[in-house]
Amino acid sequence: MAENRNDKNQKSAHKNLGNNQNSGVNLEKRKFLIASSAVGTLGCVAVAVPFVKSMTPSERAKAAGAPVEVDISKIAPGTMMTVEWRGKPVWIINRTSEMIAELAKHDDQLTDPKCDVTSQQPSYCKNTDRSIKPNLAVVVGICTHLGCSPTAKLQAKGDMGDTWSGGFFCPCHGSKFDLAGRVFKGSPAPINLVVPPHKYLTENTLLIGVDTEEKA
Amino acid sequence: MNNLIKKTLLVLAFSASAILPQWANANEGAHLDKAPVDASNHESLQRGARTFVNNCLNCHSANYMRYNRLLDIGLTEKQIKDNLMFAGEKIGDPMKVAINKVDAKKWFGVAPPDLSVEVRARGADWVYSYMRGFYRDETSATGWGNCVFDPVSCKVSMPHVLYELQGEQAINHETHELTLAKPGKLSAAEYDTLVGDLTNFLAYMAEPAKQQRNHMGWFVLLFLGVLLVLTYKLKKAYWKDIH
Amino acid sequence: MTNQTEVKQNKSVVANAFNNGLNWVDERFPLTSNIKAHLTEYYAPKNFNFWYYFGSLSLLVLVLQILTGIFLTMHYKPDAELAFGSVEYIMRDVPWGWLIRYMHSTGASMFFVVVYLHMFRGIIYGSYRNPRELIWLFGVGIFLCLMGEAFFGYLLPWGQMSYWGAQVIVNLFSAIPFVGPDVSEWLRGDYLVSDATLNRFFAFHVIALPFVLVGLVAAHIIALHEVGSNNPDGVEIKKLKDKVTGIPLDGIPFHPYYTVKDIVGTVVFLIVFSTIIFFAPEMGGYFLEANNFVPANPLVTPAHIAPVWYFTPYYSILRAVPPFPGVSLLSIPPSLFPGVAAMGLSVMVFALLPWLDKSPVKSIRYRGTLYKKWLAAFVVSFIVLGYLGTEPANVWGQFGAWLGNADRATVVARAFTIIYFAFFILMPWYTKKDKTLPVPERVTG
Repeated sequence: MAENRNDKNQKSAHKNLGNNQNSGVNLEKRKFLIASSAVGTLGCVAVAVPFVKSMTPSERAKAAGAPVEVDISKIAPGTMMTVEWRGKPVWIINRTSEMIAELAKHDDQLTDPKCDVTSQQPSYCKNTDRSIKPNLAVVVGICTHLGCSPTAKLQAKGDMGDTWSGGFFCPCHGSKFDLAGRVFKGSPAPINLVVPPHKYLTENTLLIGVDTEEKA
Repeated sequence: MNNLIKKTLLVLAFSASAILPQWANANEGAHLDKAPVDASNHESLQRGARTFVNNCLNCHSANYMRYNRLLDIGLTEKQIKDNLMFAGEKIGDPMKVAINKVDAKKWFGVAPPDLSVEVRARGADWVYSYMRGFYRDETSATGWGNCVFDPVSCKVSMPHVLYELQGEQAINHETHELTLAKPGKLSAAEYDTLVGDLTNFLAYMAEPAKQQRNHMGWFVLLFLGVLLVLTYKLKKAYWKDIH
Repeated sequence: MTNQTEVKQNKSVVANAFNNGLNWVDERFPLTSNIKAHLTEYYAPKNFNFWYYFGSLSLLVLVLQILTGIFLTMHYKPDAELAFGSVEYIMRDVPWGWLIRYMHSTGASMFFVVVYLHMFRGIIYGSYRNPRELIWLFGVGIFLCLMGEAFFGYLLPWGQMSYWGAQVIVNLFSAIPFVGPDVSEWLRGDYLVSDATLNRFFAFHVIALPFVLVGLVAAHIIALHEVGSNNPDGVEIKKLKDKVTGIPLDGIPFHPYYTVKDIVGTVVFLIVFSTIIFFAPEMGGYFLEANNFVPANPLVTPAHIAPVWYFTPYYSILRAVPPFPGVSLLSIPPSLFPGVAAMGLSVMVFALLPWLDKSPVKSIRYRGTLYKKWLAAFVVSFIVLGYLGTEPANVWGQFGAWLGNADRATVVARAFTIIYFAFFILMPWYTKKDKTLPVPERVTG
């Protein structure tokens, strides 16, 4: 396209200069035009890289978003705690054995009971209870609909109705999740809550933000 | 016309040669020794980092330097955590100090400056000479004098923190020459190496990206060289028919 | 055989689509006609030499400064508490921030390098002469804007040189009779250079002046393309046109000829630019001053403060002109106003060049030796004043008692200040008196 225009210009320029063009010169022009454009474009792309990268999280942001160590010894069975990681609430729920048993019973009511959407949890949490230790659920408490933080409704029944088996209810648009953060059918939220990468440093210390496989 | 260009260039070259020797030495007056700065010597940088953290980082902060940047000079995360950091700090934290600026001002007369970019402000040679320039001066408040810090009064607010290592120097007030009056734990040569490593580290810390910058520069110039050849040939091809 | 036909057909399909698209735009926006008017059918003299690279290079640096500036504002904090730290944040924590910052700081100095050379080109070839006076005036406007940009921008890193440089320059306004002190207080928005000053300088630097600058550059180029470019011979190529086509005989289309030529110039410039960025971004303290790595401290002035190199000739003139001693009888206080006025004039006087130059020829090629001597004297005084502006007044020591122990550098600066102004003031006389050579009909290549 640009070349097309160049050729036209050359012709008009040469006409008025009274020069006759032979095809050999034209080829030379074309050769260096293509070569310079190619290398020049490469240069422009290379220069663009630092500019684009300068907008990615800085060292400060990375330090602020560094993995968080949590002492989980104080969470009584049937309760939860909330910690902040990268500015988001992360719930750690200590589920009782009844709660765990409930998780297997309502697959037919869930959008994605088998956790097939891989982006929503690390591979080591792709199981019914979505956890490393069956009793401990670690979930980012941000609704996958529009980003509100759902309210904990851990106990069965209560104000959530008789069929409620414990979970979370989003006050913004009414999405419902079970105690593994899986979304119930009919909720505005399209997919399950996110399970962040995490691992256990000791029996009672949890590190949120680092994968089990990842070497520290 | 070419003549004019030549003349202009000659004038420019002349004025440049008049200016060059004056190039930005912020510290006229004191004689400065050349600091052994070598950013590629990771062992020296690591030793310097240790000296810095153990001796300077009690009063002086390096607020713009993060501990995890030390990975660049060949330390591992574990080494940094175990040897260079206080408990409770995170690897991504900057090198802050607990000292209270108001207290510090009361004790020393001035708050100890942040050292992140000290070498860019004063020059590596200055830091190297300064740290080797303390001498015993009973008349001063701290008990120490330093003619590098202030070539006129030889007064300095900072006490000689490394005196146990260097020992005590005495000054000849006429010539400002220093002699070792009381030896310290290190020999003079060992102390110079210690301060050299420290200076090297401070120089690195003043601009951690410098090595990467210099390294990249060659590739950029090589690339532009190729582009120059191509665009010059392109220009020649187009201009063939202009007479 | 069939394959080739297919390829040809495909090509013509693409070409047709392109032409249709172009027509669609042209019916709504003068794209093709503008490309023609400013590039492919803008006829520039074919004898441009080395000096003619600096116009396009100035434009390149302007674009670079705006681009890098945008990315720096994403991370910079115009707050007295945070500004210094945010620059170091850019240098360390922001990915590639150091490169963008060095591009911007080096670009600032390189802007003045190319603009000074561009202005010098205008002077030696008489590019400011009739009919190009307005181009020159727009250019002087650009230069003033650029000085403003540099001054406001230099405060932003909030180092010692930033702070005290701004302090000194703002105080210059105090020297204006009667209203001075109020003016400088108004400029600062405080009794000293402070957070308020930093915040407004930031606004001027990133939005107000860039707007004006871009507008003036557009005006500069539009005016240029209206009257056509001058050339090293200073002859008007529009006087001799091809009888059939109406194209100047010595003109060639800007595109492709000067685009490919300027690209070579650009690459050479980028080599110099990159060498500085990657190997000597401080440029020995001339582009980035050592004292500016010390955070601003309103209580301590650095031992030696000097403006950045591109301001030093005018700063020298400021220092060289003695203050008004005051008249105690009439209770007129002493004043720095003469020096400040001289400094202002030393910059503004460039605007008068089109009307000071009375020579029958434009280009230095056809001027006599008298003009060349004056020009050489001006160049030398500009450089010497520039050098002296970077040094303290006692850099060359003192004269003896016979000259009142005056600083040698100050006396020299005074002499060169006189030459600097004489170059302009005496120009009507020496350009008329000068023995010029006959100017050829056509450019000499």
